[in-house]
Order: sequence, then C-alpha cells, then structure tokens
Amino acid sequence: MLRLLSLAVLLGTWWIAALMAGSAKLPPPPAVLATVITEAESGALFLHLGVTLARVALAFVLAMSLGSAIGYLMGRVRLANRLGDPWLILLLNLPALVVIVLAYIWAGLTEAAAIAAIAINKLPTAVVTLREGTRALDPSLDEMATVFAIPRGRAFRHVVLPQLAPYIAAAARSGLSLVWKIVLVAELLGRPNGVGFEIGVAFQLFDIPLLLTYSLSFAAVVLVIETLLVQPFETRVSRWRLRAA
Amino acid sequence: MRLEVDITSKTFENATRERHDVLTGIRFALSPGEVGVFVGPSGCGESTMLRILAGLDHDYQGRVSRPPNARIGMVFQEPRLLPWRSVEDNVRLAAPEADDAKLATLFTFLELNAHRSHFPTELSLGLARRVALARAFAVEPDFLILDEPLASLDDALAARLREEIATLVENRAMITLLVTHNLDDAVRLGDRLFLLSARPARILREVPIATPRAARREAEIAAIKAEIVRRPDADRNERDAS
Repeated sequence: MLRLLSLAVLLGTWWIAALMAGSAKLPPPPAVLATVITEAESGALFLHLGVTLARVALAFVLAMSLGSAIGYLMGRVRLANRLGDPWLILLLNLPALVVIVLAYIWAGLTEAAAIAAIAINKLPTAVVTLREGTRALDPSLDEMATVFAIPRGRAFRHVVLPQLAPYIAAAARSGLSLVWKIVLVAELLGRPNGVGFEIGVAFQLFDIPLLLTYSLSFAAVVLVIETLLVQPFETRVSRWRLRAA
Repeated sequence: MRLEVDITSKTFENATRERHDVLTGIRFALSPGEVGVFVGPSGCGESTMLRILAGLDHDYQGRVSRPPNARIGMVFQEPRLLPWRSVEDNVRLAAPEADDAKLATLFTFLELNAHRSHFPTELSLGLARRVALARAFAVEPDFLILDEPLASLDDALAARLREEIATLVENRAMITLLVTHNLDDAVRLGDRLFLLSARPARILREVPIATPRAARREAEIAAIKAEIVRRPDADRNERDAS
C-alpha cells in the first residue's frame, strides 16, 4: 500500500514537472502512455525488451556462475587468492565502457562480444562478494562435517552452500542492477536491437516520449523481476534466521 | 580394534611466534565397550587432544591408531548443529543410513520427538545438546567422542542427560572417550579415568573402576572421588604396590 502511494507521488511530481517544463522537454504521463501503447501494438516494445532480457540473462548467469566459482576458490585457497587478486583489482577498476569498446573491436560487433563484455563487467563484484562469504565460513561446521565423514558433495550442499546463500543473494542483487545498466550501453554502441538501441535512436531523433517509453518499460521489468524473483529468493534462503526464537 | 594413543608433544605457535606446549605425555589405550574419561583443569588442552583423536589435527608428535574405518560420532562442546536444517535433517545428514525405526527410538529416548521439525536456533542449550547426542549415536559409531557434554546445564538436567548417556553407551560396544571437569560425572560414567595435569597436559594418573556403572553405589562413588582428590598424581607403581 505504501509502495503504491510512493509511486503515485512520483507520478504526480512528473506530471507537475511536465506542466512546468513544457511537453517538448518532458512529456506528461498520458503522452508517454500513448507511445507505450503504439509500440506495444506494433510488437516492437516486446521484441526489444525480450532481446535485452535475453542478453541480461545470459550475461548474468555466465558472470554469476564463473564469479562464484572463482570467488569460492580464492576464499578457500591462499595461492589462488594471491594470484588472482591483481587481476581482480584491475577488472574492478576497469570502466565498463573500455571493456565494451575493446570487446567490440577485438571480437567484432557480435552478440558474443556484447554478452562477454557485460559478463566481464559483472564478474569481479561477484568474485569479491563470494570470496568474502567463503572467508566467513564457519570452520567448526567444516570440522563437524569431517568428523562425521559427510561426503564432500553433500557437505558442500548442506553445510557450505547455506552459509554462502546470503552472499550469493547479495551478489545477484548488486550484479543484476549492474548488468541492467551496462547492457544498455553495450546495445547502444554495437547492437541493432534491444532497449539500448532504441534509446539511442530516440536520442538521435530527440524523441523524448519514445525514450521514456523504453526506459520506463525497462524499469518496470526490472522492478517486477526484483520483487518476484530476487526478493523471494533472499527471504527463502534466510528463513531459518527469521524463525529464531 | 583398540584405540592406541601415544602423543609425545603438541605445540602451538601464536601470532608473535612464541611456541606453547599444549600436550606432552598422552599415552593410553581403550578397547571397545570401555568408557575412558579425561578429567583435568579447564583449558589444559583436552579439546586439542580430542581434535587430534578425531583426526581433525594432524600436526603433532607421536602416534594415534584408531581401528581401521572406525565410524566416529562426536558431541562437540558447543552443539555445532546446522542452523538452517531442522533437528531431524541435522541428524539424517550425518547418518544417512539410519532407518526410520532406529531414529524414532533414539528421538523418543532423548525426548526429542516434539522437536523434530524445529530449527536449532529455537532450542535451548539442553535440547541442542540432546540433538548433538542423537546425531552422534545415529551414526552407530565405533568411536564416540564426548567433549564436555554436560557443561553449562543445570544440575537436574545434567544428571538426566548423564543417565541417558550411560544407557546409550551401555547398549553399544564402542570405544567411548569423554572429557569433563566434573569429577562426579567422571566417576559415574567412566570405566577408566585419566587425570590430566595443567597445561601442558600429560596423564598424571590412570584410575580404573572395576564395578560396572549400573552397580556403583553412592558410597563407592564418594570413596573413589575422595581418593582421587587426596592423591591426584599418585604414581602408578606406588598405587599398584599399595
């Protein structure tokens, strides 16, 4: 209820600002809604949203799985940490734009280059978060698993993974927001479709309703995925904490 | 099939690179069906010793020979349950082979039936200990290690849990090793007591108790305790001669 109210306030502010700035600079909500409807009717909106979502999903899965594995390794093995740390610092501080441009130059304006570039941008933060999580693993539970001769796979699933779950959720949360931002840049620079591409077109035409249509639809999709997927996952993995007496 | 232990030395190096001797002379053997109890001052290194015996610490001088492929059941000083798994899942994870009937008997005996689906964070320390105990027995161990299983429980609860441990130990021929600071618990539960010195720990004296656990009378328990308090470090030869 409070969320809806806060959303209504946002909408109201937009409307008032549109009236004050004039519809050339900031169109009011009904004008944008009209563009949303035409774009949706032509199917273009769903096509571009779908393409962007597919890129996000691929890059996200790639970066999360690779980043989690590397982070776990670096948290467990000292040598891996010492070898990997300089690379990690380099990647963490490399601007997203540099990675994207270089990927396009080296691999051409291809789908693979775009997805790889997005994944590389997200990778180091996943590594850092999972490394912290691995370092925070409770050694006394590892000892318990050793004494009771619980096989490695089972111990990983039941002893290690639940301890890492909050860190995985945190990495997913921050990673998703990072990927949302970067995917648009990658599309703007070198893809013939997707939300980023459409925003680029709108920018060139100074078509503000079109620009807002794509940005807001995209934001809505992000919001829905956050509330329907990421937040329930976080609640689920930490449900044993909530039940503490 | 015996547990034979001869630890000549175990040292720790602290942050400032100082070496500390923790164990110096720990030499004993236990057979299946025997309960060996280690009694010593707090912090004398008994937990370090248990970690070595459980195979968690390999950095020591000496020799430990466990029966080959011995299944170990251990109750740690703190229960070490997985907070994100229910009581039943905690036990089943350690003992995947245990069948439902056996678990049911164990849960009933330890009065855990009502708590099967609870999470460990919802349990009192006494209950959590019971779960840890259930887990250790569920694996049907050949070698049972109990690290102060009765510490920080009130007297009545500790006495009840002690009786339960005594019954469980009686029902299965395994090597049992118990560490406690409470002489009373030691005399009531042990077949052989090992008295430890202050740090670095060595075995000062071994006290065998011939009377079976169930047949021990209060007077006899009191007498053994009094004798131990009077001569905690009586030499073995001297005692044999007397």
